[in-house]
Amino acid sequence: MHKFSVAELSKGLKNKDFSSVELTKHYLRRIDRSDLNAFITVTEDLALSQAKEADSRLAKGNANVLTGIPYAHKDIFCTKGIKTSAGSKILDPFISPYDATLSYKLNTEGMVMLGKTNMDELAMGSSNENSYYGPVNNPWDKKRVPGGSSGGSAAAVAARLSAFATGTDTGGSIRQPASLCGITGLKPTYGRVSRYGMIAYASSLDQAGPITQSAEDAALVLNTMAGFDDKDSTSMNKDVPDYTENLNNSIKGLKIGIPKEYFSEGLDDGVAKVILQSIKEFESMGAIVEEVSLPNSAYAVPTYYIVAPCECSSNLSRLDGVRYGYRCDDPKDLNDLYLRSRSEGFGEEVKRRIMIGTYALSAGYYDAYYLKAQKVRQLISEDFKKAFQRVDVIMGPVSPTTAFELDAIKDSVSMYMADIYTLSVNLAGLPGMSIPAGFSNNLPVGLQMIGNYWSEEVLLNVAHQFQTQTDWHVHLPENT
Amino acid sequence: MSLDKKQVKEIAQLARLNINDSEAQLATVELNNILNLMAELSEIDTEHVEPMAHPLDMSQRLREDVVSETDLSEEFQAIAPKTGKKHFLVPTVIE
Repeated sequence: MHKFSVAELSKGLKNKDFSSVELTKHYLRRIDRSDLNAFITVTEDLALSQAKEADSRLAKGNANVLTGIPYAHKDIFCTKGIKTSAGSKILDPFISPYDATLSYKLNTEGMVMLGKTNMDELAMGSSNENSYYGPVNNPWDKKRVPGGSSGGSAAAVAARLSAFATGTDTGGSIRQPASLCGITGLKPTYGRVSRYGMIAYASSLDQAGPITQSAEDAALVLNTMAGFDDKDSTSMNKDVPDYTENLNNSIKGLKIGIPKEYFSEGLDDGVAKVILQSIKEFESMGAIVEEVSLPNSAYAVPTYYIVAPCECSSNLSRLDGVRYGYRCDDPKDLNDLYLRSRSEGFGEEVKRRIMIGTYALSAGYYDAYYLKAQKVRQLISEDFKKAFQRVDVIMGPVSPTTAFELDAIKDSVSMYMADIYTLSVNLAGLPGMSIPAGFSNNLPVGLQMIGNYWSEEVLLNVAHQFQTQTDWHVHLPENT
Repeated sequence: MSLDKKQVKEIAQLARLNINDSEAQLATVELNNILNLMAELSEIDTEHVEPMAHPLDMSQRLREDVVSETDLSEEFQAIAPKTGKKHFLVPTVIE
């Protein structure tokens, strides 16, 4: 059963080929036997009671498309009555008293939550090695990382421990692990999916999206995830199309832009080969390929590593040991309480980014760093605007390499380079996607597709057409 | 621009983080690497560029001033490290 896509599972449940309880038990057994460390919390009892509920809705005929489908929820989304740690020791004791809008929506749809997935602490990382709960293994090669920060979600879907998973993407945290784990991941336009109850890292960049086996599944799930939310002041009040409607449109005449800057030094040859081959595949399907230029893309890394730490240093001031989360033992005064709760509660990378942000925002340095970065952010965004006057979709690699080995990257700046092709999409607020495009040395390679604002429908259509012509997305790791 | 260990310790204090000597040593190297990376931005002429604070051209929505939240104070108190009489308790600030 675990080899079925969400679309197939939905049909199976409707036709009574299996029940949601049977399906849920099957996935729970798979999770139990797995050694990937993909989950922080497995919610077995909740899952079984949600599955029973779903079966009764299915029997009564008032089920929706996703009713009864088991999924894995990134541990960054608040779930009422269930631990929501965001991969951090400081939130290890945090049992959320409320549901994130996304959790509420998936519940209302009648879906079954199998558990909360592992992630880099507070969504900061590209390898899932920054989690308080330990690293996650890549199902394609357990000595390697799954990518991050949504590493647990990506590994869970790749190993079919779940039909799909939720993720969040601040600088590549859906697309990069999707690429490294050989699955499909979509980061929607900023403002498309509610951020209410999603633990904030960098508020002008964070966006939630689906991590799935295929573009068709991503469309099904996005239909439920997307939409205006009164509780999120940055949520866009804009109609949500039926993302499945145009999946089968022909892509003949589609204009694909290839940014030359995405194929310069630092890109692994094996990855480049797969990406160029997949672009040829699009040409054979009738798409027109032309070169575009994103001249400021080289500055995406420094710009992001000013903007994101500034926002995070401000956002994370709320984690102070006073109202919720971890508090140090026997604080001698209030300052000691703040200092020790935070120092003991945060991991190394989080502290580093808080310090960078604190410095960049401090008196005398604001103009040199934060203001400068905001100006370059504008230039990066304008590059995309110019390119989208000529083309419909931009394509290139997601990650400069395939999955790297655990403990292989030791210094932070080298790790930041793992997201060199994904960061600018968040800075501009555009939608982006990673789809499986082939293998290099038996490790999956993802193709990145970047669309104009609110063009998720186009990305999903293009991705689905590719997946009708290729079978990269149905390849599975050994023994799956 | 390069930071020394003393400055790094000051920044840590501003951010309400304690770091010991060996952590400060490592943090100084890492933070300077990151600052070197950031220095690349000085190559770009941004004199006439408007700063971009947010990806969407949108202004904050206004809404009617009506109560939309129910009182969840008990639930929020229940998960706090230390509480008393509807307060979050911390060590004494004023004797």
